[in-house]
Amino acid sequence: MIRFVIERFFGMFVTMFFVSIMVFIIMELPPGDYADRYAFRKFSGTGVTVTESDLDNIRAELGLDRPAYQRYFSWIGGILFRFDFGDAFAYETSVNNVLGQRLGLTLAILFSTLIITYLVAIPVGIYAAVHRHSAADYGLTIFSYLGLALPNFLLALILLYISVKYLGSSVGGLFSAEYQDAPWSIAKFVDLLKHLMVPAIVLAWSATAFQIQTVRATMSDEINKLSVTAARARGIPERRLLFKYPARLAINPVVSTMGFDVNRIFSELPIVALVLGLAELGELLIQSYLDLDMFVAGAILLLLTFIIVFMNFLSDIALSFLDPRIKLKG
Amino acid sequence: MSTINPVLDKETEEAQRYYSASQWQLVWWRFKKHRVALLGGLVLLFMFLSGLFAEFIGPYGGSTRNIEYLLGPPQIPRFWDENGFSLRPFVYGVTTERDPETLALIPITDTNVRNYIFFFIEGEPYKLLGIIESNIHLFGVQEGFVHLFGTDSLGQDLFSRVLIGTRTSLSIGVLGVLISFFLALFIGGVAGYAGGWLDYGIQRFTEIIRVIPIIPLYMGLAAAFPRDWSSTQVYFAMTLIIGLVGWPTLARRIRGQLLTLRNEDYVMAARLSGASPYRIISLHMLPAFMSYIVVDLVISFPYVILAETALSFIGLGLRPPSISWGVLLQDAQNIRAIEQAPWLFIPAAFVVVAVLAFTILGDGVRDAADPYSVH
Amino acid sequence: MMEWNVDTNEKEMGMATAVSNNKLLEVTDLGVTFKTDEGLVRAVDGISFTAHKGKTLGIVGESGSGKSVTAQSIMRLLPNSAMIDEDSSIAFYRDSGPIEITSLDNRSQKMRELRGGDIAMIFQEPMSSFSPVYTIGNQIMEAILQHRNVSKQEAREIAIDMLDKVGIANPAVRVDQYPFELSGGMRQRAMIAVALSTRPSLLIADEPTTALDVTIQAQILELMRGLKDEFDMSIIFITHDLGVIAQVAQEIVVMYLGKAMERGTAKDVLGNPQHPYTVSLLGAIPKLGTLGGRLTPVGGDIPSPLQRPSGCPFHTRCKQKIEGVCDVDPPGITRVSDTHTVYCYLYE
Repeated sequence: MIRFVIERFFGMFVTMFFVSIMVFIIMELPPGDYADRYAFRKFSGTGVTVTESDLDNIRAELGLDRPAYQRYFSWIGGILFRFDFGDAFAYETSVNNVLGQRLGLTLAILFSTLIITYLVAIPVGIYAAVHRHSAADYGLTIFSYLGLALPNFLLALILLYISVKYLGSSVGGLFSAEYQDAPWSIAKFVDLLKHLMVPAIVLAWSATAFQIQTVRATMSDEINKLSVTAARARGIPERRLLFKYPARLAINPVVSTMGFDVNRIFSELPIVALVLGLAELGELLIQSYLDLDMFVAGAILLLLTFIIVFMNFLSDIALSFLDPRIKLKG
Repeated sequence: MSTINPVLDKETEEAQRYYSASQWQLVWWRFKKHRVALLGGLVLLFMFLSGLFAEFIGPYGGSTRNIEYLLGPPQIPRFWDENGFSLRPFVYGVTTERDPETLALIPITDTNVRNYIFFFIEGEPYKLLGIIESNIHLFGVQEGFVHLFGTDSLGQDLFSRVLIGTRTSLSIGVLGVLISFFLALFIGGVAGYAGGWLDYGIQRFTEIIRVIPIIPLYMGLAAAFPRDWSSTQVYFAMTLIIGLVGWPTLARRIRGQLLTLRNEDYVMAARLSGASPYRIISLHMLPAFMSYIVVDLVISFPYVILAETALSFIGLGLRPPSISWGVLLQDAQNIRAIEQAPWLFIPAAFVVVAVLAFTILGDGVRDAADPYSVH
Repeated sequence: MMEWNVDTNEKEMGMATAVSNNKLLEVTDLGVTFKTDEGLVRAVDGISFTAHKGKTLGIVGESGSGKSVTAQSIMRLLPNSAMIDEDSSIAFYRDSGPIEITSLDNRSQKMRELRGGDIAMIFQEPMSSFSPVYTIGNQIMEAILQHRNVSKQEAREIAIDMLDKVGIANPAVRVDQYPFELSGGMRQRAMIAVALSTRPSLLIADEPTTALDVTIQAQILELMRGLKDEFDMSIIFITHDLGVIAQVAQEIVVMYLGKAMERGTAKDVLGNPQHPYTVSLLGAIPKLGTLGGRLTPVGGDIPSPLQRPSGCPFHTRCKQKIEGVCDVDPPGITRVSDTHTVYCYLYE
């Protein structure tokens, strides 16, 4: 068990090493380099003409004249040893400052989404499997189809439209105006929770639809297992039987796909955040891609992926507790 | 059996037909029973055709502006009103007035003017399928104008634009899926057949790609497009990155299938009896997993279409003057726009219907292709 | 491979049938139909038999003969798509009085008391009869706590004691192990421990040795014979293997396509088989001491249950078929002796 945990723990860093190379490649992809954009930002509109030698000076100053692998190591080294993600030139500050509170808000959105997803998907999936081919089951199947077909950002737009048109208020943003710049307080926290509801529901939409199907499929398989019939033959009451045997196992695939859910949520987060005006990492990611502010983009991509990889690690550990076959080996 | 039972006889005949049918015949028979999937397939066929003949079906060109009808609501064809019944459908005429305060032109519907809709009417010239020159449109009006889905803020006909967008979005889907399919077939095939360190390396690589959230990854690649690229360049670059990012999932499945099949008894038997690798792959393995691959292809369509829509929607994918569902939805991005002109949301319905149809079709094909499902 | 090892109890057996208070379970005209997408499937078509106190009843038949469905009907474990005929009767004779199982609600308290309490069941696949995520002890104690009024600690002691009784070494260790840590034979022993831990008066064993290899099969049979006497219970032993039946059963029902083809004591059926189907089944078993002889398989295949043959269901494979008779109307049940009946035109 301990060996298993240690293995997974180091595996996580190996994965992150390769991910960081991918991310660095993406950062290097846009045409022109950091110096061009830096100079353009700094001097455009000022009437100063930037010559090629000026650019070379900037490159030398920023260390951009070094080969790519050296730049990679100084970038990743800065992150690992000084927790320094580089400079966000569009904001003329460090990336760390820009990310700041957005990371916390991103995590808040992520976890409220996950909680809603699992609170809905697990019981509903179990119900649908127990009542197969009932009206409720068919209704859920239709919902699952819609869950995939209706992209989250469209759902967000629809909710926005409804709220503005019929409720007369906007559901966008993460804070009401009066709390926007206020220091943290219980009132501000409650306000945040209220604002988290809409993005969390929007983001949980497709994840829930997907997980209901997973739970339903596993549960349907498990219900027909001989071990369940054997327990029924022991005279165990039906309800207790369902919870002890098939339902217990129907949770496993949910736990094992937790990282996948986070991946899906992060995939949809930027666009939903843009539509709903949420000041978190995803929205900033789009903005930095549009600005070609690649240090910010790289930092966000790396952070989001790290959270996914870490959740994968957690789900592996959780799964090993749920399944004695893994727990007792290694 | 001495008793000749007519019912039994008919059943044996049916059974005979069943046992002698080819794999694809079986798949098709099973698929036909799946009514909803059949419907999904028909909807998609209809969409593909209307995209293909967009210029013919739409009354106007994609970027033709009607400055008399800016941000105009949809005009609904009618057969009757208080002035009586007409066998030929018509739309009301529109006159414009200048707002005394803002000086903006405001379209005003004039219910006394009927603009009749004619079919196969001459209109703007266009090249059908990019080759055949023509100026015949499926429908149109002789006087005034007809905008079934309304117009955008530039006065462009949304109906015509949605049809062109359908073509763009579906074709990016098809090309993107095909690219990832061939990449996956090649890479997954190599990994699955060769095994060893090559397999290991490819496996690790696909894992890395799969762990990075996909839309942010697409966005990162799309952000690298030079701003001065033409819309055609961006279009092909989009299909390329969608293809490039999409292959790992497919490759993984192909590899898995190959590995399973390699250990099947009949493949082993073929190998032991000295069949060449080419013969084993083409004759014994390919037919066995082709049905799975087809299913995977159909199922991956919705993701590709959603990816294109999402990227173009936030301005990192296709850009105007290109027309795709995502580009059209850019106009519906802010709440004020949808509040003023909810018809700008119509392209969203096309996205939803297309994705729904692909998903249902995919499910139907999967059920039909599964050799172990109960027939 | 094995000699006829007919238990010598058949004399008592013959008398026992006459005395009704020796009955434990009486099945009368049991019929079960499944609703499937392809149509109705008649899995059990009106069979009757009686299990007596302290005796083993063997039900033998090929797969698809309806023997497992019969067992599931007694336990009321049939899937929702199955319907038991209105006029079927399954009477269970408790000390306190008879209970009609077919009239009980599937999920009622009374049915659950019977299930696992009075009647226990073991299954063919020892690998999958245990849930992989709970310990053996957990699953034995679950049954004990459900049916016996004991504390958790006592239940655990009973569980360990039961594991010991079924011949598992180190029961105090094994009780906390997971099913995957036990071999197939040990798991079937553990399954028997679960079944017997509630002291049932009837044990239904549905092909309990089929998935095991021959030496372990013999051990399990020996164990069941011993435990039957120790616990003073009856067994309904279901198998496709006449050789196994011969070792354990005092009374035998031969089933084919949902019908009881022949019924009688083990000596009746094995020593004096009447029905052509029983005869051909016996011909398909290798015998010790007749090395030179050829085995004669039962010709043909079992017809699809969707297309049940008319008349006697066996007529499509029967070598002694009477044209125009066997394939037209079903035969009646003919008494060969007091304990022996056969379902065939040859004896009418």
